[in-house]
Amino acid sequence: MAGTAADTTIALDRPKRRQWRGDPDRPDVTAYVIDLADGRRTLHLMIEGIHCGGCVAKIERAAKALPGMVDARVNMTTRRLTATWDGAPSLGNELVAALGEIGFGAVPYDPERLQQSDSQDERSLLRALAVAGFAAANVMLLSVAIWAGHAQGMAEATRTLLHWFSALIALPALVYAGRPFYHSAWSALRHGRTNMDVPITLGVVLAAAISLHETIVGGPHAYFDSAITLLFFLLIGRYLDRRARRLARAAAERLLALGAQSVTVLMGGETRTVPAEQVAPGMTVLVAAGERIGIDGTVENGLSELDTSLITGETLPRPVKAGDRVFAGTVNLGAPLRLTADAVGDDTLLSEIVRLMEAAEQGKARFVGIADRISRLYAPVVHLLALGTFLGWWLIIGLAWQPALLIAISVLIVTCPCALGLAVPVVQVIATSRLMKRGILVKSNSALERAANIDTVVFDKTGTLTLGRPSLIDADTADPTALADAASLAQSSRHPLARALVREAPTAEPVDGVEEVPGQGLRRETTDGEIRMGSRRFCGVAEDDRDPGMELWLSRPGQAPVRFAFEDQVRSDAADVIATLKAQGIAVELISGDRTAAVEPVAREAGIDQWQAAATPADKVARLNALTEAGRRVMMVGDGLNDAPALAAATVSLSPTSASDIAQTAADFVFQGEALAPVLTVRQTADRSARLVTQNFALAFGYNLITVPIAVAGFVTPLIAAIAMSLSSIVVVMNALRLSRR
Amino acid sequence: MEQLVILIPIALVLGLVGLGAFLWSLKSGQYDDLEGAANRILFDDDEDDPDPPKKR
Repeated sequence: MAGTAADTTIALDRPKRRQWRGDPDRPDVTAYVIDLADGRRTLHLMIEGIHCGGCVAKIERAAKALPGMVDARVNMTTRRLTATWDGAPSLGNELVAALGEIGFGAVPYDPERLQQSDSQDERSLLRALAVAGFAAANVMLLSVAIWAGHAQGMAEATRTLLHWFSALIALPALVYAGRPFYHSAWSALRHGRTNMDVPITLGVVLAAAISLHETIVGGPHAYFDSAITLLFFLLIGRYLDRRARRLARAAAERLLALGAQSVTVLMGGETRTVPAEQVAPGMTVLVAAGERIGIDGTVENGLSELDTSLITGETLPRPVKAGDRVFAGTVNLGAPLRLTADAVGDDTLLSEIVRLMEAAEQGKARFVGIADRISRLYAPVVHLLALGTFLGWWLIIGLAWQPALLIAISVLIVTCPCALGLAVPVVQVIATSRLMKRGILVKSNSALERAANIDTVVFDKTGTLTLGRPSLIDADTADPTALADAASLAQSSRHPLARALVREAPTAEPVDGVEEVPGQGLRRETTDGEIRMGSRRFCGVAEDDRDPGMELWLSRPGQAPVRFAFEDQVRSDAADVIATLKAQGIAVELISGDRTAAVEPVAREAGIDQWQAAATPADKVARLNALTEAGRRVMMVGDGLNDAPALAAATVSLSPTSASDIAQTAADFVFQGEALAPVLTVRQTADRSARLVTQNFALAFGYNLITVPIAVAGFVTPLIAAIAMSLSSIVVVMNALRLSRR
Repeated sequence: MEQLVILIPIALVLGLVGLGAFLWSLKSGQYDDLEGAANRILFDDDEDDPDPPKKR
């Protein structure tokens, strides 16, 4: 790709990184700023949280309020913002910060990397559809004149003139609009296979050839109208199908780009910001306090704590010191760290997980959609039927070859899988948009089909059943002064327990002179003595044998130490959702990487009897494989990096938007919000879609069952075939539209 | 019947103009963001006229 070389120069020509405070939610985006030829700069951002037109207006207004901003435009369909400005690249960071202040997350992406071949395919299909529609309408107008003329005794010369006009319109249109089908049929035949497009191509080409012959000799049997309307209807189905695929892929692309991250490297005594994929092994990487780590590496120096919740599913942070290995995706909570980037070896945690995931995904790739399964059987049958009809009429009954061929063509057109081609795409498009409106993103186009008729749901704990962040227990009964004192100290820390305290007392004034002791706690010298907040030992409280759970102690001079206990709160509707699932006869399981003591109470609260704690990613996959081998259809709901292989191994998988990038990439559905109800919504929508698809196929087959014998018997002219076919397509579409009601 | 020779081409040309217009609108990106376009009409950005005339 030409863009790759250009990207490198863009990234390396960047002037020295400006002083900028690190923040896990707002990484430095200057590496993604592109210099335009006219000296302006432009940045592409994916925006999260756009729900309505008002959001678009708010975002554009906020962006345009920045000094030097020339243009900012949001594409609401793709949820992307393109901003152009005069001035320094650092305005990009200000832009992201400004968007963050009004509540929209923004992630930079490189448009060159997200090649839009799909959308170009879609456009060429739409052009073909437009041409076919134009030709079909005009040829039909002429055909109506011919039918009327047939009843009123039109002169043969006039009829032939009208046929010539039809040919003039239809033939170029057939050549242009039929290309997607001809290409696909040709490549199937070349590989010795046959697909749905072969009978379509045969029918269209033969009908056009016979009609042209009839027109030249001045005969009555010209059926340009049938051929072109056939293409028109097929193109509608093809376009909808392609659109659904593109939406699914766009969702996946968005997640890929979300993983894109800039990393600060130290080169020749100078710091530079480069995209994470450009970091070579052995480079020195600086990680500011609060920054998300973009690479796998070893700590060179520094002492800090990492939030590893997305990787291991543990709520509490892990202390790190020089020599420890750290992984991409973790967040540095304490002091700045200096890392050495590792070789991209097979022994890294990430590649281990990716390997497990790829192995699991191969099983999923074997899934064949119902439409493909049917067409595999259908195409050969249709060919044999048409060939048999032709030979039967020509050789056995002794008809001349032209009328025999005409009858065979009507068989091809009657059996044409228009309704079959529409049966799945229409339902999928409607179901996907229905889910999208409820904040559920469908990422793969076979996901809906796989989500139907599941009988087991497996949940992860941290971040899935729970919100994945600790919250204070009994906040109402806590001593208000102690809470206020603790929260004031906590204001200076990024530790999850400290953040939870601040959430309970958001008005607490931050205080100066707070020192963070990694792995232990916070302390502050006052005139009265030292205030400490942190672990039991740090605050001088006697150790206790019982498992204390998550706790913080506050010790103040001259006062008894105060204990704050925390728990990872279960999502508010988790128990209801699980009860509903059980009532519907679905088995529910919980598999977590966390300790038994942490898993058991959550399982009890959510009402799950079957649970497993301390499971490694491989254990999770093994459990899912065991379930699948037992013939179960399993839906996995998870969020951590450690869940990703299991997500890929399940029949179908869901993940919340708060999940790690890899989990979101592996999942088939991604849902927004703090509720767990989307699990039910997905299941219900998938089941209804599956029912509608089955009905649609039944309709399409029922229609074939009636019309094929009539066509073989020679009573159907291509015209009647075309009309009957359109009717069946319309019935299928109407049936699918029932999904959008309720 | 001679009228047909004139009328049919006229009809075709008109149809082609419509087709051309559609293909042009497709090419110029007017279908790229249908959702956004539907909402944009509702924005009351008075940036063009910062001091709108007061109603009497």
